[in-house]
Amino acid sequence: MSITLTENAASRVQSFLSHRGKGEGLRLGVKTSGCSGMAYVIEFADVIEKDDKVFETHGIKLIIDPKSLFYLDGTEVDFTKEGLNEGFKFNNPNVKDSCGCGESFTV
Amino acid sequence: MALLQISEPGMSSVPHQHRLAIGIDLGTTNSLVASVRSGKAETLADMHGQHLLPSVVRYTQEQCIVGQEAKQSASIDPLNTIVSVKRYMGRSLEEINNNSEYISYKLYEKENSNVPRFITVTGDKTAIEISSEILKVLKQRAESTLGGDISGAVITVPAYFDDAQRQATKDAAALAGLKVLRLLNEPTAAALAYGLDTGDEGIQVIYDLGGGTFDVSILHLHKGIFEVMSTAGNTALGGDDFDQTIAMWLIEQLQIETQDAGIQRQIMNLACQAKQALSNKDSTEITFALDDKEMSICLTKEIFNTLISPLVDKTLLACRRALRDAKLKVDDVDNIVMVGGSTRVPLVREKIADFFNTQPLVDIDPDKVVAIGAAQQADVLIGNQSDGMLLLDVIPLSLGLETMGGLVEKIIPRNTTIPVAKAQDFTTFKDGQTALAVHVMQGERELVLDCRSLARFELRGIPPMTAGAARIRVTFEVDTDGLLSVSAQENTTGISSCIQVKPSYGLSDNEIETMLRDSMEHAQDDIIARKLREQQVEADRVIEALEMALEEDGNLLSAKEKEEISRVLIELLAVKNDNEAEPIKYHIEKLDHATQVFAQRRMDKSINQALSGHSVIDFE
Repeated sequence: MSITLTENAASRVQSFLSHRGKGEGLRLGVKTSGCSGMAYVIEFADVIEKDDKVFETHGIKLIIDPKSLFYLDGTEVDFTKEGLNEGFKFNNPNVKDSCGCGESFTV
Repeated sequence: MALLQISEPGMSSVPHQHRLAIGIDLGTTNSLVASVRSGKAETLADMHGQHLLPSVVRYTQEQCIVGQEAKQSASIDPLNTIVSVKRYMGRSLEEINNNSEYISYKLYEKENSNVPRFITVTGDKTAIEISSEILKVLKQRAESTLGGDISGAVITVPAYFDDAQRQATKDAAALAGLKVLRLLNEPTAAALAYGLDTGDEGIQVIYDLGGGTFDVSILHLHKGIFEVMSTAGNTALGGDDFDQTIAMWLIEQLQIETQDAGIQRQIMNLACQAKQALSNKDSTEITFALDDKEMSICLTKEIFNTLISPLVDKTLLACRRALRDAKLKVDDVDNIVMVGGSTRVPLVREKIADFFNTQPLVDIDPDKVVAIGAAQQADVLIGNQSDGMLLLDVIPLSLGLETMGGLVEKIIPRNTTIPVAKAQDFTTFKDGQTALAVHVMQGERELVLDCRSLARFELRGIPPMTAGAARIRVTFEVDTDGLLSVSAQENTTGISSCIQVKPSYGLSDNEIETMLRDSMEHAQDDIIARKLREQQVEADRVIEALEMALEEDGNLLSAKEKEEISRVLIELLAVKNDNEAEPIKYHIEKLDHATQVFAQRRMDKSINQALSGHSVIDFE
């Protein structure tokens, strides 16, 4: 089981965390909603829950609840630029289908 | 696949329901847009990596060009290229003509409309339309950078913008298809950007010297809440004026003919470049090219400092006033925050450091700081953060209404925090009065003549009653954007009337400053004038009442008594229109004394009338 950040994504997360001034790391997850069933969650994490799995990648703690892990296993999160727009992108091998814009997906 | 941003814990949005909020600093010289992404507020750059969008709009036959390209064409196509349009927001043609020293535009007013229009090659445009072109470009930039539609925007305005100017800004936003979450005072936004809300308690001075406006605000941070204690400033003082002084100096030194608008613009550009160069150097060479001639001159920092020194001193004057309004001393100030590109001028920093005896904060790019604060506020208002900061703003000038004798009754004093609602009861002045005119005033002076008229409306249908019996409640309400609504309601019938003040004219250049200064300089005169008017109103009331009484019951007096009363009455009439309150007061008292016997007899008469036909038993 593993989830990773690219080096570029990790350095961005590091910079956002230090700007924010607090936080254990980055919480990744999925929640059920959206037109294709599931959506990604990407949040600052202030607390690590008992059941959470923690992966360390490029010095950043990735915190994932066990249920989400099932859907995210093998995912690599990148930080990319598309034109003027920039942000985090999930490369998730479990995804079978996603909606047009890719904000939600099914496995 | 959509690109995602990091949210605060538990604040992840539902897909397709992102609430993208932006902050816009709609400046006189430059405008910026910023947004909070992954918890960090940043200004957004265009395709060329430029954050500042010059607030310049050029109309050509084919299209409307905004920004750098338009700015560059300002000297070749001055009439179709509108620079510093913010100065024209909410202003009338009359005010523009009276106050702008350099009018490079063709302006006119349509019949039945007091909105000035710029005549351009693609037709006539209002300042609101031109501003909206700038906002459209920023909105577009934000949409392509953030990857979605913008749900709302916080737009900053100078603290001194009046209702007309604020409304014009809102209209421009609506025209650009932006939902305004709130208009925010520029210095207040700057304080947020500096994170001055993280301390426990403190007094912060925000010194904002932009391209065209100067504001100083004193903020009090208390338990994580900002309160604006006072604001002062000048709607027509900024970097443009530094450029202007250099330009005047150049024109004088090089003997340049300045009739041509293109040459004017070229000189202004040279002046601006020279100013910027002097932020890092001790002298700079200015080369002016006309036809095939070239002229050069050296501007030293020393000359530059001498030229702009009076302008910088004006800002210090405003700082002093803001301190006085907040009832503070220089020593009470914890931080001074520098905002606006013109605070890069070394003399400005030096003078401020001297004045406050503290080095000012200059860490954040002074051009971006307002947009960043606006973006943070927008993020809170759109609901992306679990705990928002509460901001309080103040009204810059007192609001009130006209009362008898041309006096102003202040309902909401200046520097009251908004939103605010205040009510006061008024009554009728004459018997049987069925309508009341409400004249809404703005300003610090005592007389209507010296204040600014905002609006007029009438409350009609008051039931006829004796003077002073009616109770009319007038309510003044200022919302979070600083816009005023005034309503009047008569208590017994409940009839009411109200007005939303969107005054057609803004305040002219320097007018607010002049109004404030006048109110201090004329404080003594004003009190004397008020006393005089009060006595005159009282005299009128007494005379009218006496004349009515004489008409009804003149037969109760002997010819000699009548003569005596009319002699005193004539004395009062003689002094009434003089410019002294004391003699009027004296003669009112004298008349009162002279008519006591008459009043006594009238009273007896009415008692007799009331008693006649009744036996004493009826009254036990």
